[in-house]
Amino acid sequence: MDSFLQQVVNAVSLGAIYSLFALGYALVFSILGVLNLAHSAVFMTGAFVGLLLVDKLHQPLWIAAPLAMIAAGFVSILLEFVAFRPLRQRGAARMSQLISSIGAALLIVNLAQLAFKPLWGGTEAYFPQGLVPDQPIVIEALSLRIVPIRMIILVIALALVIALQYLVMRTRIGQQMRAVAFNQRTAALLGINVGRVYVLTFFLAGLLGGAAGLLYGLVFLNVTPFIGDDVALVGLTAIVLGGLGSINGALVGGFLVAAIQTFSIAIGGSNYKNAVVFGLLFVLLLARPQGLFGQSESTRA
Amino acid sequence: MLHLEAVTRQFGGLKALGNVNLDVAKGRIVGLIGPNGAGKTTLINCISGLDHPTSGVIQFEGTPIHNAEPHHITRLGIARTYQNIRLFGRMTALENLLIGQHTRGHGSLLGAVMFSRAFRAEEQGMRERARELLNRFGLLPVANTHAASLPYGDQRRLELARAIATQPKLLQLDEPTAGMNPVETHALGEAILTLRDEGLSILVVEHDMAFIHQVCDEIYVLNFGQIIAHGTPTEIKSDPAVIEAYLGSSDDGAA
Amino acid sequence: MDALTQALVDILRPLGITEPVLQFMLVNAILGISIYLTLYTGMFSLANAGFMAIGAYAGVAATQFLGMPLWLGLIIGMAVAGIISLPIGLPVLRLKDIYLAIATIGFGEVVIILLLNFDEIISSIATALQGERVRIRLLEGARGIKGIPKSTETWMLFAFLALLMFLLWRLHKSRLGRAMAAIREDERAAANMGINVVYVKNVVFVMSAVVAASAGVFSAHLTRIISPGAYGFDKAVDILSFAVLGGTSTWVGPIVGGLVMGALPEVLRFLNDLRGVFIGLILLGVILFLPGGLINPAGVRLLLRRARRALRRRADAAERSSHAAP
Repeated sequence: MDSFLQQVVNAVSLGAIYSLFALGYALVFSILGVLNLAHSAVFMTGAFVGLLLVDKLHQPLWIAAPLAMIAAGFVSILLEFVAFRPLRQRGAARMSQLISSIGAALLIVNLAQLAFKPLWGGTEAYFPQGLVPDQPIVIEALSLRIVPIRMIILVIALALVIALQYLVMRTRIGQQMRAVAFNQRTAALLGINVGRVYVLTFFLAGLLGGAAGLLYGLVFLNVTPFIGDDVALVGLTAIVLGGLGSINGALVGGFLVAAIQTFSIAIGGSNYKNAVVFGLLFVLLLARPQGLFGQSESTRA
Repeated sequence: MLHLEAVTRQFGGLKALGNVNLDVAKGRIVGLIGPNGAGKTTLINCISGLDHPTSGVIQFEGTPIHNAEPHHITRLGIARTYQNIRLFGRMTALENLLIGQHTRGHGSLLGAVMFSRAFRAEEQGMRERARELLNRFGLLPVANTHAASLPYGDQRRLELARAIATQPKLLQLDEPTAGMNPVETHALGEAILTLRDEGLSILVVEHDMAFIHQVCDEIYVLNFGQIIAHGTPTEIKSDPAVIEAYLGSSDDGAA
Repeated sequence: MDALTQALVDILRPLGITEPVLQFMLVNAILGISIYLTLYTGMFSLANAGFMAIGAYAGVAATQFLGMPLWLGLIIGMAVAGIISLPIGLPVLRLKDIYLAIATIGFGEVVIILLLNFDEIISSIATALQGERVRIRLLEGARGIKGIPKSTETWMLFAFLALLMFLLWRLHKSRLGRAMAAIREDERAAANMGINVVYVKNVVFVMSAVVAASAGVFSAHLTRIISPGAYGFDKAVDILSFAVLGGTSTWVGPIVGGLVMGALPEVLRFLNDLRGVFIGLILLGVILFLPGGLINPAGVRLLLRRARRALRRRADAAERSSHAAP
């Protein structure tokens, strides 16, 4: 069995991906108040487009990665226009928007599945070996084995998170986003173009989700149309843990879920990693629906 | 019949109600006035079970109800209307009144499945009573219209009819004249006086002083969660504390 | 009864609907009723697939392992789901919309994981009790249980569906049914009308679970094989699509939605590869363009009114033009 320290290292790099993914969920929820269940399809898009560029169009990773993120960003914007905006304008219930996002997710995943067949002759494809450095760095003194890509992921993820924080907290557009999140109508009265803020929110969520998907694909090297299923509910758990709509909460939630998964695998075997995660989701919702760090509903309302 | 003793409701650090003592005697119409944000709706919510006091006692006919569930309180005989109308929008006016009688019925699903005699008789009775109420409030022509598509005035009257359908002993009205013109307000006042004459006790939250003077036997004045005055309408009108509270609050321009 | 079924299948055959397809459609209709009950009460629960799984496994355990007849398996499957739903519902139903949806998704996943690992869990408990290594193979994990007798007959499904429809009709005429609608419209106002909201919600949750379980028992004795994977999130979304497609303004909606969703892949045979795309399009398309679903009296009335107005306008125009050209 790996050492405790090794587990921590593994959990942290997995947590970085989960956090990136969960941030997209949280961003949309905090600004629009709806749950975008198609975010896992955006995640898949990032991995899919990255793989397509690298494997079929022979692009280097440093070109493929930003393009994959941008593609995921545009798919995310498409979701806003197709699955959310028409319903919002009609004043439909939040539940209808949830359902339409489920429909959109199914649609995207199945379209990807259709594309996979002619491209890779099945529903599974792999990043070429040696694309990312995979020779582990061994630190004998601590009996640690660190695969470089996992460190790179951590750095990239942290950089993206800091960039997002800066954007939301320090820039004009971030100020507008926070105003819309606080109260859409007041923001509109203040002259903020609410529609544009929504589009931007979806784009940012897509960028982060796409980055998470690509990184996830790079760590495990394989990509399938269903890659989003691995993180859909995990990401949901992360944002519930952190308190729905809380950006910092999603960040912490992602790392927490990764830690829980990693350690339940170490203790009970891989069969139980999600049992613990969903069990936790379930219990947490009952005990503290506002999340570990969130405020209670009454003060939010 | 309704007795509040030292009722306090705290939201975090904010004291919405502090040590409220209030009584509604049988067959009386009691007014509750005060500036916006004084805690009037919180008080009504506490009495109707949607909210619970942090401390203090609420008794209805001797039964403590401050920790009771709303449906128990309704069964004991307290009904209410809301400041913002809360009808069952996608149900007809008639159906709204059938729901109002929910607590007075006993019919089970089994009875409905078996078409039992008791079930049919009860349904028949509830429908008749609903029609009587519709008739009384001039809503018979819109019996089969969805509540959400009724005009404002009809909605207000339907909400009152629905509260009465629960067969209450005490009726709580939360700003019943909001959005009404003086003629409608006066008519509503007459209707409320009639209800009182039929034996109902009424606790009414209102801003309209003319209306208060028309119907109320006594008045409590609430300000910042505290009862600052209690008396007959004429006494209250000249109470310096009340004048102070109202003049003081108008500076804040609370809407 | 068999002759009737046969006649119906003969009528439907040109559409590509064979008896197995018809059976699948009927199971879907039952599932449609299950989700309708909770949606009608304003509860967005996605636990139906999980209860279907519980019903299927409990029913099969009764028929396969204990040699009971199907009707007894049906009762046991429904009872087990009902008993499990009560302790789940009591805490979960305090949650609302998105929170309830997430919690019930979590519940469904936990059910799947427990079924997957059931043998292992039981084995380790037995090992601990006996003091020696015991290996029990019962539910066979992801491989699933095979060789279940195909004892569900089409007429049983028809009869059961008819019974459920009768019960639904009566439910709507009862106090309980009205209370359900009131809770959907405004929970707090319903409580102030003297409705015990917690009680009604839990009763409905149990009813919904029991109905889903019956569909599980029936379908297990049709497909002859059950494995946990068939009852996951995808199945929950499938069931939701019945309600969305059919609409929930009347109880006919989800039933029709279930029937149609069961029939369409066969009727449009070329869709087999595109089933997922298709369900996605349906969910999205109906939500966007047909918010009330297929069966929506209010929508139909609106449509009729518009059609009538259009006709009248055309008649007026015709009249005017006939005046203009005498």
